[in-house]
Amino acid sequence: MKNKSEKKSTGSRKTVLLRLIRMLFSFYPVLLPITLLCILLNAIISSIPSIFMQNVIAAVEQSWQTGDWASVSADILGLVVLLAIFYGLSLLAGFIYTQLMAVITQGSLAKMREKMFNGMQDLPIKYFDTHNHGDVMSYYTNDIDTLRQMISQSMPQLIISTVTVITVLAIMLYYSLWMTLMVLLGVVFMIFVVRKIGGNSARYFVRQQQAIGRTEGYVEELMNGQKVVKVFCHEEETKADFDAINDALFADAEKANRYANMLMPILNNIGNVLYVFVAIMGGVFLLSHAQNVSISGLAFSISIVVPFLNMTKQFSGNISQVSNQLNSVIMGLAGTQRIFDLIDEEPEVDEGYVTLVNAVEKADGTLVECEERTNVWAWKHPHADGTVTYTRLAGDVRMFNVDFGYTPEKTVLHDVSLYAKPGQKVAFVGSTGAGKTTITNLINRFYDIADGKIRYDGININKIKKADLRRSLGMVLQDTNLFTGTVMDNIRYGRLDACDEECIAAAQLAGAHDFITRLPQGYDTPLTGNGANLSQGQRQLLSIARAAVADPPVMVLDEATSSIDTRTEAIVQRGMDALMTNRTVFVIAHRLSTVQNSDAIMVLDHGRIIERGTHDELIARKGTYYRLYTGALELD
Amino acid sequence: MIKTLAKSIREYKKPSLLTPVLVTGEVIMECIIPFLIANLVNEIKDGCSMQVLLGYGAVLIVMAALSLTFGALAGSACATASCGFARNLRKDMFYKIQGYSFENIDRFSVSSLVTRLTTDITNVQIAYMMIIRTAIRCPLMLIFSFTMGVIMGGKMALIFLLTIPILGLGLFFVIRKTMPLFRRVFKKYDALNSSIQENIRGMRVVKSYVREDYEKKKFNAAAEDVRADFTKAERILAINNPLMQFCVYGVMVFVLAFGSYTVITSRGLDLDVGQMSSLLTYSFQILMSLMMLSMVFVMVTMAAESAERIVEVLSEESTIQSPENAVTTVRDGSIDFENVSFRYSKRATKMALSNINIHIRSGEIIGVIGGTGSSKSSLIQLIPRLYDTTVGHVKVGGVDVRDYDLTALRNAVAVVLQKNELFSGTIKENLRWGNKDATDEELVEACRLAQADEFIQQFPYGYDTHIEQGGSNVSGGQKQRLCIARALLKKPKILILDDSTSAVDTRTDALIRKAFREFIPETTKIIIAQRIASVQDADRIIVMDGGSISAMGTHEELMQSSEIYREVYTSQNKVGGNSDEK
Repeated sequence: MKNKSEKKSTGSRKTVLLRLIRMLFSFYPVLLPITLLCILLNAIISSIPSIFMQNVIAAVEQSWQTGDWASVSADILGLVVLLAIFYGLSLLAGFIYTQLMAVITQGSLAKMREKMFNGMQDLPIKYFDTHNHGDVMSYYTNDIDTLRQMISQSMPQLIISTVTVITVLAIMLYYSLWMTLMVLLGVVFMIFVVRKIGGNSARYFVRQQQAIGRTEGYVEELMNGQKVVKVFCHEEETKADFDAINDALFADAEKANRYANMLMPILNNIGNVLYVFVAIMGGVFLLSHAQNVSISGLAFSISIVVPFLNMTKQFSGNISQVSNQLNSVIMGLAGTQRIFDLIDEEPEVDEGYVTLVNAVEKADGTLVECEERTNVWAWKHPHADGTVTYTRLAGDVRMFNVDFGYTPEKTVLHDVSLYAKPGQKVAFVGSTGAGKTTITNLINRFYDIADGKIRYDGININKIKKADLRRSLGMVLQDTNLFTGTVMDNIRYGRLDACDEECIAAAQLAGAHDFITRLPQGYDTPLTGNGANLSQGQRQLLSIARAAVADPPVMVLDEATSSIDTRTEAIVQRGMDALMTNRTVFVIAHRLSTVQNSDAIMVLDHGRIIERGTHDELIARKGTYYRLYTGALELD
Repeated sequence: MIKTLAKSIREYKKPSLLTPVLVTGEVIMECIIPFLIANLVNEIKDGCSMQVLLGYGAVLIVMAALSLTFGALAGSACATASCGFARNLRKDMFYKIQGYSFENIDRFSVSSLVTRLTTDITNVQIAYMMIIRTAIRCPLMLIFSFTMGVIMGGKMALIFLLTIPILGLGLFFVIRKTMPLFRRVFKKYDALNSSIQENIRGMRVVKSYVREDYEKKKFNAAAEDVRADFTKAERILAINNPLMQFCVYGVMVFVLAFGSYTVITSRGLDLDVGQMSSLLTYSFQILMSLMMLSMVFVMVTMAAESAERIVEVLSEESTIQSPENAVTTVRDGSIDFENVSFRYSKRATKMALSNINIHIRSGEIIGVIGGTGSSKSSLIQLIPRLYDTTVGHVKVGGVDVRDYDLTALRNAVAVVLQKNELFSGTIKENLRWGNKDATDEELVEACRLAQADEFIQQFPYGYDTHIEQGGSNVSGGQKQRLCIARALLKKPKILILDDSTSAVDTRTDALIRKAFREFIPETTKIIIAQRIASVQDADRIIVMDGGSISAMGTHEELMQSSEIYREVYTSQNKVGGNSDEK
């Protein structure tokens, strides 16, 4: 919620609406104008039958007392046939626009969704770190839903109602000014009522929405902790708490729905009263032979009163329609604005020009670029003078005096320097917030450093294309994220062209093969909901297998084995060690047993490296690491 | 299904019944008004007196006022009835869930329960509102308008016999075609959205593996699929509108042509001008009603699935309940497992626990160790009867746990669950879950034992510090210690810690165990841990492997006899253990 309100405003409702309309036109430059034309045609024709009615009734008036059908039949039938032709046109237009609207609505939504999703893929990690995931998700669900409502229902309805109101108003004026004023007076009253009751209804709907949010929050918290409730026999207290929240929701929901439910009958019946008034006024005018003022110059007659009655209904009906749609238009525009905000987010910039290519090593030791996969990788480095050099990808990562802060005000890493040679295992130890994960965020350039240098195989990482840099790094994170698909699909995510055998080999290396084969359908077992059917430890093993199949020269393990018991971890570690011979590994671990055999251990505290060395050296130093190891200090 | 749901109407039966009555009144008024207007128009045409005119006016205004009153009251009663029904339904579901056993809870995912308690209830509420209001209003409107049409128009009303079936059949066709389509496409749409969610959550993975373009391609294909299906369904649905217009237009043309013919040839006897105009009003009302009815039908059918999901929760019977004549006091903290085997569900082919025999004396400290999936948690969850054994008996204080009153048993057996939760509220409020009558001194004492007092005192608001949902503003180790303190406040006879000190440093961990030994010696303590250090000094240690007891004894004994125990010990205590083994 916070993000939404903080968001820079892209502009007023009007600019949002205009931008949306422009966008829709750009999606459907031909179909949309055709649709609009058809809507216009349909709306105008459906508001003109009053004219025909007036003429027919005028004809009937002439001859009904004599019963002479023949004298007027040609007139009446002529009118009716003309009306039928108009209606035929209107129906055709109606059919075309409703069909086109279905196509346009869904097509525009799909295009919008694609724009959002494709744009989102290019956003920097910072966006996802600073935005609530639920909020981002609601762009795709709630906001898209309000947009759909607006495009498919509200906008056409508004156009139709506006056109109808204008047409009917014109016809009414054509027949009689006084009676038109009468109707307008009623309409003003209706608008007043709509604002009053509709306003109340809207206010309570907002409150109902908040109450639903509270209920949802409470229910979610309680359902998550339901087992704790059971263990503490806390059921009765929980019920009482829930009752209070539920009752509050009821109170707001009842009021919101009451006002909303009452609006329609009230408007309808104001319409009815208006209808009655118009009838009586018509009668009074007729009886008193009042002077009619109209564009047509027709005198008052029953043939004017009757169609006027129908027009009154049409007029008030459309006013109710408009008032019904206004809320959803306002909500729709708010949703559209949020969607635009997402689309407008600045994508991740990448000015890197050093790329990763396959290479073959010639006899003289020089590297030559080639197309096919050779398992030898090289950094292709074009220079300003037009020459291109190739550097073998080895996995040598060095940081020199790096400073960094997620926000400019707060530096979280101070003067960090480290050297990781190919094949070395470097570990980071320290409490939460000490900056361990931050360092890995800098190596793969999820974030850019404020000061200092990072060199990868001697190349400044700012010069390396981000995609290629990341391809050369394998990341296994504490929060494992698996995707819907089979176990095999998930492992293959590491390298899309890996064959089944390579995936299985990677799983064996990661110690995941055993449990996978015990799954009901082995490697073909489908995973849903982030692997909900697996234990946390099993998920971690899978994500290690995924990194193993990618086979990168540098690996970052951020609490990658935190949920695996120490015995299994030892097995995984053996596999990893085999995999990582001659490769660089960065390890972050809570459990000190995990990092003991590292080539270098960095102890971090408040963004500074306070101790570094091998396990034995650090133990001998009897400093922070020693105290952690002996359990005198708590890591958290 | 309806029977189960109807039980939740209760005190809202009155407004639920009142709504249709009021709606009927509204409909009758709305049908008489055009009839009177027709007469009025004729009077005007015949040049009636001002008195007659005003008389009609007065009656009509009163009728409109009545219609308004009925309509508004119906709307209000309907709001009360439907929101009240929803409230009761939510309450009944929530209460029901409170009575669930662990087995019941396992059967539903948290997110599905949340959806059932919110979205599904809202759907049912809207459907209920439509059933007692719109679904009553529309058929009544149809019948009355039709009747009035026949009364006024005579033969002319036959046109309705033509248009009603045309529209009715058309709508039926549309609904029958689109419903299965929509159902299918909504499933796809849900899948699309959950894949977006997955993507947002896994963005670090996507970016680490440089899979942005791959994800885009995958998404665009899925979005295109959803678009195609939605368009197909919506295009069929879009026939509704022109169909309705066709009928309205048809009636209009017919009434104008045949009506004026009838008026003229019968010299206004069979039909007059006023009636002609009112016939149009009726025809419109009839067709509108049909349209609305089809909408109600669609909404109710869609809500039926929500209703089914709600009923599923309501009709799920708790698998664990207190027996009659239950034992209400727990004698002591002794525990006996006699030939216990256990599986989580009847369908499971593998036993989670098999053939367990343990006898624990009151006051003993028992450590439990074993790899992931060795059923350590399953073992201890049988003690407070969170699950029932499949075979054999678990006894506490010499009495089978199934003979105890559940509250009495669970108050005597405190479990600190592995996946533990704090709730939003102050620290005090959270602690008082253990004992709602605990004095502040008792809270502090429990926190001292759990080594939590020190850090709580350092918080600016001390024991009144607000805990965020899920305890996100305290560290893992602090959360675990708060959970232990909360359990201690129950003053239990048996205290079970299921991997509850994993995030606590070893020194504090040791202090907690020391406090247990010194201050609650008579309480039986069972400690499940990953760290050998946490169980090393227990009276006995149980080594679990694959759902059975692999070894039992003191640390020294197990170092001798149990290979698993030794391996775990080595993996945690030997420097460079891996290289040694190579």
